Amino acid sequence: MSAGANPYDVAIVGAGPAGLGAAAITAGAGLTTLLLDENPTPGGQIYRAVTTTPLKERSILGGDYWAGAALVAEAQASGAEIVGGATVWSLDASRELAASWAGTSRFIKARRVILATGALERPFPIPGWTLPGVMTAGALQTLLKSSGLVPDGRLVLAGTGPLLWLFAAQLLRAGARIEALLDTTPWANYLRALPHVPAFAISRYAAQGLALRREVARQVEVVSGVTRLRAEGQGGLASVAFAARSGERRLMADVLALHQGVVPNVNLAMAAGIAHRWQPAQLCWVPVLDAAGNTSIDGIAIAGDGTGIGGALAAEAQGRLAGLAAVAAVAPERLARVPDRQLLAQALARAERGRALLDQLFAPPRWSRLPEGDTIVCRCEEVTAGQLLEAVGIGAMGPNQAKAFLRCGMGPCQGRLCGLTVTELISKARGVAPAEVGYFRLRPPVKPITLAELAAMAHTQRAVAAVVRE
Amino acid sequence: MLRRLLEEGQRVRLTIDGKPVTACVGDSVAAAMLSCGLRYCRTTPISGEKRAPYCMMGVCFECLVTIDGINNRQGCLIEVREGMRIDTQLGRRTVE
Repeated sequence: MSAGANPYDVAIVGAGPAGLGAAAITAGAGLTTLLLDENPTPGGQIYRAVTTTPLKERSILGGDYWAGAALVAEAQASGAEIVGGATVWSLDASRELAASWAGTSRFIKARRVILATGALERPFPIPGWTLPGVMTAGALQTLLKSSGLVPDGRLVLAGTGPLLWLFAAQLLRAGARIEALLDTTPWANYLRALPHVPAFAISRYAAQGLALRREVARQVEVVSGVTRLRAEGQGGLASVAFAARSGERRLMADVLALHQGVVPNVNLAMAAGIAHRWQPAQLCWVPVLDAAGNTSIDGIAIAGDGTGIGGALAAEAQGRLAGLAAVAAVAPERLARVPDRQLLAQALARAERGRALLDQLFAPPRWSRLPEGDTIVCRCEEVTAGQLLEAVGIGAMGPNQAKAFLRCGMGPCQGRLCGLTVTELISKARGVAPAEVGYFRLRPPVKPITLAELAAMAHTQRAVAAVVRE
Repeated sequence: MLRRLLEEGQRVRLTIDGKPVTACVGDSVAAAMLSCGLRYCRTTPISGEKRAPYCMMGVCFECLVTIDGINNRQGCLIEVREGMRIDTQLGRRTVE
């Protein structure tokens, strides 16, 4: 497929709830809209494979998942050009995107860009987390949604956060067996969450969350207050060890699902030069946005979990609001054709209700964010916590110096699986705030592409003149 | 390591390290490898440690494999096709 209307009125990166919501608004208002997503089918991670999943028994994945089908259908009917399997590997301040699909890269210009790159799972750097057999809970959930695959053998779930419980319930409904759910939520979090109970109690998350916990606890051994979690084995997972109130324990396991919340996927936005700040409540980097959702770069907005974690419904509302802002900027005369801003803002406020409690209650503990000794921090370059701290001791003041010392963060994942750990470890070692330590300097291409693909791109006269001597 | 809840899906034939296997239409390469009982899909270029798909959403790059002769492909983002040749990727590249 070619990029038909290039340059576009609006280009949107990411076809999850935020991107789909944005596309429905802008294309619905008649703006030429290109929606790109790396995955083969639209839906993002939350509505992953909602149009293609083999699991037709709707009770397994639940109503919140299937609600995504209507949103996908709305975006598809809006007239937006939706391209799957398209990897955006560059974005610059002039709103030029570079994207690769079907083996070819091309540049795409847009009058407005909306980034809806969503979230990824927070690194969970425990001893043995690189062993085959250890996966994120989200990864196993993707296998369930896309292919109807469930773990075979002894499965242990470990970590904290609503997704862990939802996934456990989905697995049980699908007939899978779970040996144990190891809850790493620190006891202190319950106290810290108390002030937020009133707002949470009237949110949609309260009844739903408690029901999920009951559903899982009826069928699975739940161990609370777990610390010192380790994955053990030679060349593959054999057992999971941990400490709990009852003392040290070890469970034989074939699959360990890890999860301690999700964090914004910042790579494309940061590489574009968009300013970010440290968000202490969610322990992650978020883009600096004005009241209208605009970033520090003119014409580029960010919507959804990429702005800070708010969940699918908040993401969809944010996406629609970003779409509305794009219509207002590009074709204000068409504003009559879009939904009322006030209604969308109310939907967003409703969706955000209760989030403060989730942030406090499921804040991951220090021990599972700040590894020690031989525990691997950077999976790609196999850099340990001990090596990183040693580098800090001899002058690596921040993540970018750590790259020079250790190649930490310089592998193919480009820091996605170690960046937060590196910032927080250096922050702890130096006794300064994460905001002062900073993050890896990210540059395009934010996803690897081959030199052949790069060389085959159409070049401007100016670009050719810059390197070819007449 | 994984089992299929439903067996009725439409099948495609492919090879993994030369061995003929089948997967379902809609499977990613990484899902197909795990469903065929593979415990790992590559060994690392640094220490040679075995690695398997970890995130299944395109961010961790643990599922890098060789597909139809092209190495370093993200197995979790690419759907299986009839006749596809998938090979595990062992260690770093060498000069031939």
